[in-house]
Amino acid sequence: MEHIHGPEMSNEQLADYAPRIEALAKDRGLSFYPVDFELVPATFMMEVAVYGLPVRMPHWSFGVRYIYQYVQHRMGHSKIFEVVFPGNPNRAYLVDDNALPENTLVTAHVLGHADFSRNNQLFARMQHEVGYHIVEQAAARANRIQAAIEDRGQRRVEAVLDAALALESNVDVNQGLNRVDYPVTRERPVRPQAQGFQRHYNQLPGEQPLEPPPAQERVPIPPAPEYDLLWFIARYAPELEDWERDIFLAVREESFYFYPVFACQIMNEGWASYWHARLLREAEFLPHRVYLDAIKTHSDVVRPYAGDDAVSLRVNPYHLGFSMWERIMRDCTLDEALAIRRDEDDFSFIRNFLDEDLAAELELFNYTRRPGAGGEERYIIRDREIDSLRENILSPKFNYGGPRIYVRSMGLDGRLDLAHDHHNDGRGLDVNRSRKVLNYIHRIWRRPVRLETVDHAGDPKMLTPEIGEK
Amino acid sequence: MRDDDTQPISRMAVRNRWYDLFSRGARDWLRHNQKVRDAVRDHLPDMVTGSDILSRPGDRTLQVPVRFMEHYRFRLRDPHEDDGVGQGSGKPGDIYRTGGQPRRGKGSGEGGSGEGEFQFVLEFKVDDIVDWIWQELELPDLQPKTADALQDDELTPEGWDRRGPRSRLDRRRTVKEAVKRRAVQTDPVPFTDDDLRYRQLSRRRRPAMNTVVAFILDVSASMDANRRKLSKAFFFWATQGLRRQYGNIETVFVAHTNEAWEFSEEDFFQISATGGTVASSGFRKVRDIFDERYPSAQYNQYIFYASDGDNFADDREAAESLATELGGRVNFMGLVETPQNRFEAARSETGRLFKSLEARNYPVSSYTVHADEDIWEAIRAFFRRQASTAQSA
Repeated sequence: MEHIHGPEMSNEQLADYAPRIEALAKDRGLSFYPVDFELVPATFMMEVAVYGLPVRMPHWSFGVRYIYQYVQHRMGHSKIFEVVFPGNPNRAYLVDDNALPENTLVTAHVLGHADFSRNNQLFARMQHEVGYHIVEQAAARANRIQAAIEDRGQRRVEAVLDAALALESNVDVNQGLNRVDYPVTRERPVRPQAQGFQRHYNQLPGEQPLEPPPAQERVPIPPAPEYDLLWFIARYAPELEDWERDIFLAVREESFYFYPVFACQIMNEGWASYWHARLLREAEFLPHRVYLDAIKTHSDVVRPYAGDDAVSLRVNPYHLGFSMWERIMRDCTLDEALAIRRDEDDFSFIRNFLDEDLAAELELFNYTRRPGAGGEERYIIRDREIDSLRENILSPKFNYGGPRIYVRSMGLDGRLDLAHDHHNDGRGLDVNRSRKVLNYIHRIWRRPVRLETVDHAGDPKMLTPEIGEK
Repeated sequence: MRDDDTQPISRMAVRNRWYDLFSRGARDWLRHNQKVRDAVRDHLPDMVTGSDILSRPGDRTLQVPVRFMEHYRFRLRDPHEDDGVGQGSGKPGDIYRTGGQPRRGKGSGEGGSGEGEFQFVLEFKVDDIVDWIWQELELPDLQPKTADALQDDELTPEGWDRRGPRSRLDRRRTVKEAVKRRAVQTDPVPFTDDDLRYRQLSRRRRPAMNTVVAFILDVSASMDANRRKLSKAFFFWATQGLRRQYGNIETVFVAHTNEAWEFSEEDFFQISATGGTVASSGFRKVRDIFDERYPSAQYNQYIFYASDGDNFADDREAAESLATELGGRVNFMGLVETPQNRFEAARSETGRLFKSLEARNYPVSSYTVHADEDIWEAIRAFFRRQASTAQSA
């Protein structure tokens, strides 16, 4: 790079640009915790993208994702620009092979994320619960798990991770990260006074007055449907060892940490894209050439997947979020926009701010996938109706993207009774996969496990682990 | 400006080469592959009988196509139809088909199974697979037969002598002797007869490790492609088992109808012929080949005969006498029977012949193979027998 463009185009230049872009961002109204930027090799970046964290617990399933990513990368289908981990400080990784204009753009982009993660309510709550040093925490946990592998053997640790990681999205973020156990007893609800015949009967001559029932009663476990399966297993599995509980809680904490990124993806990427475009436009200290190359990269990133006259069956979240924020910044004051960024997540953002005008401008449409006569998939464009557009955009995001599965009861013998809220999910579970997951759970729960869902016809179906599976 | 002025400012670290050292992705990928190997190993019977298992002769590895393992998650049943959002200028009613268009993407951070089907190929050493089978069957490791087994004479150079044929004159040693002698003599001559040294050979006995395996395939019209495939699979694994025991194996391939011919391995399984089944022709051919090229004094001899079991009634006496003769001198003779009907096993002409030899304590056995899944049983039975005879030897 250096000898083509001269030293002023090398990434060394970033050390000069970064503080100036940062000052500009603060001047324009963004506020964020400081960012530790690091330029890293593309190979390392790929691992960060695969693991979700720079240093994370070992598990073979990450190896599979890694190979997918590696193949994509080698075929030139995937280019990673940055990964940022919210915290105080934030940690941002940039690719050292990317050119200076790209990395300048990414620096501004990261500052947009840093502002979002500090100020958005959902991010702020999760940050507060998880702590502000996820990268270090995850690395420490990875070390503990590595130690467990040495102490207990790979197979045992893997069995725990198989179960815990499979249930990664089966958490209840509304209940918070730090929960107390269920109370053991509770006040017995007061029975209404006997009336009519019953009262007369109780007062028949010779009848002893009824003993008043004890004021406390045992609380069933769980007292109400429990959707946080990782927590429930960690707290209530009959024979879980401490090191196994440690792994479950580690996976759960990371899952809480990832939730805001998942639930605010459109908003957050849109916000960062809006600000990288604007900050670079207003950064007068940037050489013209750097700006032009950076803006080229910008248009690649926020490009709709559909080309000029093509049709795409996916929507680029960067494009959607960016377009929405441009609209908002045009129509609202800065303070109003900052309030939106503070208060909303993707669900309310899409429902409140994706209006018919914008949807028409973006040419969004609803389609239905339906198998054709020859078994091939057919995608039929249905309409451009705004309410279904919003719900169809959001539906993959409900409930952390997974089926709603809850603990219905735990027997006195330790039997675990799970159930699937098929009513809200609209259909039953994939039976084969679900039984494999039950295998994972069974190995950790070590007592009978079953799960009720519905079959094709909507009739109840009870799933149990596969017998004889080692 | 808000409340950040007191915050430390961001850092930009431009060089950090140590990140090159990370390779957790590769580590977890290797672990995945290890798990796949274990899984494949747990399904040895499927693997042993899989149709593609028999790679080219001489190839000492098998390539097994495997799929990525899936880390399972709870998922909803695939719906018959579902809805999504797209973008572009299409009009309601427009239809797109798979192939041209990407499938709707999943949310980021989702596990990477369902996206596209990658397959990859794992290479297994045939020796490893045989080792696994051995472990699976809990068989003891075999030693080459030594005690009463075949013995070969072997001449090895051993020591020297002052007399011998000229051809075994050891010049180096002779010159050394001459040098020593000249060193102590005052007026030495260059060479004397006493300096001459001759290499000495000694005759030793050693266990015979040479092994010949003859495969006889009935190629009469009733042996269809599937029966041959089954026979071939059995032949292959039986040979591997013998290879474990003996280092060096030679193979003989004989096909017969009412005549018999010897073939190369490549051609052997391609042959088709018409004609009746005369088992004695195959036995006779093998006997002649053994007599000519692989005398029993020097070779461990194995015979495997694959047939659907029919034999001409006229041939009964000839087949019986030849089979008895061979059974009396070979290490082992096996019949791989691929009967027309599962329930006819061992009731066929040739089946009965082998059973009667086995009953008379000849080293003879028969295996009935009707479908892929039977091969595993047959191989187990063969290996078990190998292990037990080797132990009792």
